[in-house]
Amino acid sequence: MSRPILEVLHLTMRFGGLVAVDDLTFTAYAEDVTAIIGPNGAGKTTVFNCLTGFYRPTAGQLTFHGHEGPVLLERLEGFRVPRHGLARTFQNIRLFGGMSVLENLVVAQHNELMRASGYTILGLFGAASYRRAEAEAVERARFWLERTGLIERADQPAGSLPYGEQRKLEIARALCTGPKLLCLDEPAAGLNPRETAELGELLLGLRDRHGVAVLLIEHDMSLVMRIADHIVVLDYGRKIADGPPERIKRDPAVIKAYLGETEEEELPPEVAADLAASGGG
Amino acid sequence: MAVGELGPRVKDAGLAALVATALLLPILGMETVPGPDGRLTLDFHLHLVAIGALLVFAGRLALSLLLHGRALRPSGRAGAVAEFVSRHGTWFGLAGIAFALALPFLPFASRYTIDVATTIVIYVMLGWGLNIVVGLAGLLDLGYVAFYAVGAYSYALFAQWFGLGFWACLPIAGLLAATAGVLLGFPVLRLRGDYLAIVTLGFGEIIRLVLINWHEVTGGPNGIADIPRPSFFGFPFTRSPAEGETAFHELFGLEFSTLHRVIFLYYLALALALITNLFVLRIRKLPIGRAWEALREDEIACKALGINPTNTKLTAFALGAMFGGFAGSFFATRQGFISPESFTFIESAIILAIVVLGGMGSQIGVVLAAAVIVLLPEIGREFETYRMLIFGAAMVLIMIWRPRGLLAHREPTLTLAAARGGRR
Repeated sequence: MSRPILEVLHLTMRFGGLVAVDDLTFTAYAEDVTAIIGPNGAGKTTVFNCLTGFYRPTAGQLTFHGHEGPVLLERLEGFRVPRHGLARTFQNIRLFGGMSVLENLVVAQHNELMRASGYTILGLFGAASYRRAEAEAVERARFWLERTGLIERADQPAGSLPYGEQRKLEIARALCTGPKLLCLDEPAAGLNPRETAELGELLLGLRDRHGVAVLLIEHDMSLVMRIADHIVVLDYGRKIADGPPERIKRDPAVIKAYLGETEEEELPPEVAADLAASGGG
Repeated sequence: MAVGELGPRVKDAGLAALVATALLLPILGMETVPGPDGRLTLDFHLHLVAIGALLVFAGRLALSLLLHGRALRPSGRAGAVAEFVSRHGTWFGLAGIAFALALPFLPFASRYTIDVATTIVIYVMLGWGLNIVVGLAGLLDLGYVAFYAVGAYSYALFAQWFGLGFWACLPIAGLLAATAGVLLGFPVLRLRGDYLAIVTLGFGEIIRLVLINWHEVTGGPNGIADIPRPSFFGFPFTRSPAEGETAFHELFGLEFSTLHRVIFLYYLALALALITNLFVLRIRKLPIGRAWEALREDEIACKALGINPTNTKLTAFALGAMFGGFAGSFFATRQGFISPESFTFIESAIILAIVVLGGMGSQIGVVLAAAVIVLLPEIGREFETYRMLIFGAAMVLIMIWRPRGLLAHREPTLTLAAARGGRR
């Protein structure tokens, strides 16, 4: 096994009496696409929110091996997480709709540009060092725009893009922060089969060519089974399975969580077909 | 026009007449008069109500027939104009500046026009300052006048206590106003939208009440009089200067005229406003400016990209306040007298109206809106009683016609096309 990039130990998140995540332990590795799956309400997004500093976990330890060595994510304020190399997207897309596509990507490089602009003071006087830094930021934005196929859209308002391209733009924007681990919350939701296939290629490319590990929440099982190296299954906040896709497909606990207690013969035909399609692949 | 279309219009007009009747009944229809035994009795004027309702009926019907459902909707053509103006903003800006520079020497310029122009320029500057907070960072600030007051009082007090001149006081006033902005900002910036608006409204009132009640320092409701008037870099605008001083008119060998000071004040305001504009235009294209706009669009996404929302909002508040402070100290030196009366909520409301009416974030829009807002009551001066009515109706109409402000079009701060062109 390769190096771990994220180690989650005994993560628990309680909201009042509700236990959203219950004693979750898993490890994501640096050269892997790791998927977190589970039925609706299983606590997947809550895990993301704990990782990225939006929630403070009730208990547990989240070690992230970032740019500056290992950090404990649960001790960081939300806005300090990205600079260690952990970026995320949202289930409901959150773009800066009124700003152009390119501006969205340049805003993602805010902290570097702030330093280069001498915290605004040098920038006000048009210092050459700042202009260079801005050109580099545009160059990096262009790089990811080309990878995601959005280069023709660069100067359009982000809010005017079709849904599928908005999803891609959000991923490109997260990549512009220069992450080691990219956390994607249902990136294929609302995409058509062709767009989903492109997304799969993009994510595999990130892993293989750009050395970016991926952690994703996804409901599209065919996508998960195709690209994930490692799957963690949650149900009611607990981990019920953890392993490579082939093992997860045959895990009785997973099948039970997804399909209930019913015998396989009594499954509705379309669900049985679905299961066969993803299981047989 | 088909007769069939008349039915719904008559019905609509009838409905309007019904609403008018309900409103007019207590307003026009009933009058309290002292009865014979001294008690108040009601007099009914139902004929007035009927006339009013009929007028509304006829007016509404005529309007709907004439307009044929066309107008009184957001205008598409105006949108194209707005886009054109913002795309060629530099040229419109330069033309505007040229006009502003020449204004005092144009044939129709009188003391009155220059005075009104100075007022417009101050409001433009305040609008540009508030635009940082409201237009760019998207923080609704209803107490902007507080920073204007801080600037005015700091100039007045520093000039009185330490005998400092205008140019020495200007940065101090700006700094103190910015400090006030940060002090207000720290506790309230975790609030959003309506809640932030309420707290800033309260802050504006607190500053005004402190000014009224802190007699020893601010002179209370009497205000501060005899604030030093500005001099032309040390040469005063007086007919007979003190021993050893040279007056402005002597310096240039001109006939003494009180107009000199008025014109100088106008140019001073213009210079301050242009500095504000230059600053805002530049900072919009810097990371901090883009972060403000990003924060306005989506704060959670900003956090996920590593932007510190608190610091970013604080800088917006502090810089907006600083320009309010500059404008305030100019106001003090222009008037020569300030009192808490000048810093009431209505001032905040007017400045905010300028920003919203101009189109959030638009620099030229602010100029247009400031001109409209200052000139409308001036033009309406003849009608005295109906002045505010005209003012209000005009604002309603503008907001129907252009719901997002006069010039709401936004140009990106950087484009890939420009970056490509630059490389070649």
